Amino acid sequence: MAYDKFTTLSSSVVPLPIENVDTDQIIPARFLKATERKGFGDNLFRDWRFNQDGSPKADFVLNNDTYSGKILVGGKNFGSGSSREHAAWAIYDYGFRCVISSFFADIFKNNCLNIGVLPVQVSEGFLQSIFDAVKEDPKTEVTVDLGTQTVTLNATGAQETFEISAYKKQNLQNGFDDIDYLLNIKSSIEGFAETRPF
Amino acid sequence: MKKTLFDKVWDAHVVSSVPEGPDVLFIDRHMVHEVTSPVAFLGLKNRGIKVLYPERTFATADHNTPTLNQHLPVADALSANQLSALERNAAEHGISYWGLGHEKNGIVHVVGPEYGITLPGATIVCGDSHTSTHGAFGAIAFGIGTSEVEMVLSTQCIMQPKPKSMRIHIEGMPGRGVTPKDVALFIISKLSTSGATGHFVEYTGEVFEKMSMEGRMTVCNLSIEMGARGGMIAPDQTTFDYVQGREFAPKGADWESAMNYWSTLHTDEGATYDKEIILNGAEIEPMITYGTNPGMGTGISGSIPSLEQADGSKESYKKSLDYMGFNEKDQLLGKKVDYVFLGSCTNGRIEDFRAFTEIVKGRKKADHITAWLVPGSHKVRQAIIDEGLFDILSEAGFELREPGCSACLAMNEDKIPAGKVAVSTSNRNFEGRQGPGARTMLASPTVAAATAVTGVVTDPRTLID
Ligand code: SF4
Repeated sequence: MAYDKFTTLSSSVVPLPIENVDTDQIIPARFLKATERKGFGDNLFRDWRFNQDGSPKADFVLNNDTYSGKILVGGKNFGSGSSREHAAWAIYDYGFRCVISSFFADIFKNNCLNIGVLPVQVSEGFLQSIFDAVKEDPKTEVTVDLGTQTVTLNATGAQETFEISAYKKQNLQNGFDDIDYLLNIKSSIEGFAETRPF
Repeated sequence: MKKTLFDKVWDAHVVSSVPEGPDVLFIDRHMVHEVTSPVAFLGLKNRGIKVLYPERTFATADHNTPTLNQHLPVADALSANQLSALERNAAEHGISYWGLGHEKNGIVHVVGPEYGITLPGATIVCGDSHTSTHGAFGAIAFGIGTSEVEMVLSTQCIMQPKPKSMRIHIEGMPGRGVTPKDVALFIISKLSTSGATGHFVEYTGEVFEKMSMEGRMTVCNLSIEMGARGGMIAPDQTTFDYVQGREFAPKGADWESAMNYWSTLHTDEGATYDKEIILNGAEIEPMITYGTNPGMGTGISGSIPSLEQADGSKESYKKSLDYMGFNEKDQLLGKKVDYVFLGSCTNGRIEDFRAFTEIVKGRKKADHITAWLVPGSHKVRQAIIDEGLFDILSEAGFELREPGCSACLAMNEDKIPAGKVAVSTSNRNFEGRQGPGARTMLASPTVAAATAVTGVVTDPRTLID
């Protein structure tokens, strides 16, 4: 499915300084029963965000009005576990366009890129400096520039570059997806399929 | 050029490469289940296209299915809707569908190998991270997201940069009472849940060579829990014997030519990996986890590491122990357990039920233990009955359910209640994985069996003579 183009984003951030945030926390399995891609943001971080009776947990960051923005900043090894793209959908549907962490699980990273959410991997030190800055000033802004592949802490001007493949970058900048590319080379795929023994 | 097993299989499937971008990788087998496919089929509909190769696509229902009274209509409306969506989509696109009640129904990663859909040297994907299971056959198998499911349905290809390669070698053999699950949990406890991220792992060493296919599947299944894209083991006679004669496996002259090719599927002498890890087999004992990710495991006779000993952030470590209701330095042996779950694509195969039965034979289930024994497929369930395991299990006070993912991810009714401790043979002990508030300790079928009869975490070696 095609998605919104991504160029630059300046926004305040939502900090989640927890390591190994797995996809079962991002969206628990019992909310994967839909047959359409709708409404997943309501259950983002469901069990951290709500009590079992549905009332919000006051101490969880998404329930704290002080923090808002289109960038989610998570601890190391973000998105480990299941391949459920629903995790990326929930993040997108809630309103995030970018996730910053010092390390991402592979499938989660791919899933984000495939739906137009930019995963930005920064150093441990830079990650900590974002957490520190938000603690100091919850409205502090971070700028992510896909063109120059930089992430900047606006308050201090501190900056790091991040990696992304040239191909994925172009896709995000144009809102293209892989299927568009593959459908264009369908005849060579069909030719290749003929050569497969099984 | 000297190549690794992984290089050989990957390179044989590259249709083309995007300059400075990913490879276009051809997929031989695509397995589909009800949870991660509906939005992908919707995508095809929106594009006005059909599944390109329905004969390379196989669908089964497993994640959402009940494990009791499967002959009755599915009670949960949302689950029922997802199941009928898959049935409709499969029919519309001419895909074979092994739905609820079908004799071939079962967990996608259990039925694939059982019917010879999984083959050495193949590329296999599924919208499920434990697709890595099929690597046991020397296949490249990995989990994908729904956008990628749509990609494979529509073009039979996926766009991926070639992952780095990694070898995990175990020197020497583990002692008695150690199962393939323990070997895998041991590796993850050494590497952590992100230790193999970005890599495709090949397992080498005597322990894997001597393992059955079921055991190899358990090991490769858990590759994802150390962050790897997948894991694989070079195919050998054990592999070929397992595959031969299965329904979808090549036959006659095709079998001969397949065998000729498959026997070239091993890492060349002198080929190099991006990363190599060597571990000592003698160090492995029956394992159990105490925290909320599969890397938080230890030998069963050990204790929970102190805050100082723990890797990573102390805050995350503490949060994890608090969730489990455990304290640092607690002994694991003797901890009271409420539930035992035998099943999942990690340990829901016939060997797992044999191992479990071996321990409970002549003993009784502890009164306070609720045990869910869920075979990975109808074929496994039938074998349990045919081999007489069912009688032994019944005698010991256990019931056998119908196949499905069940309490592995608790999408159906099989949820461990909040605050209860479960010893589970599945693959993930994440917070809430087995139900909101459920506390999961991952272990092998033999540890699960020993625990089920004593009611507390028990070293199975004390019950075998
Ligand atoms: S048994 Fe568990 S891990 Fe395996 S496919 Fe089902 S839900 Fe996934």
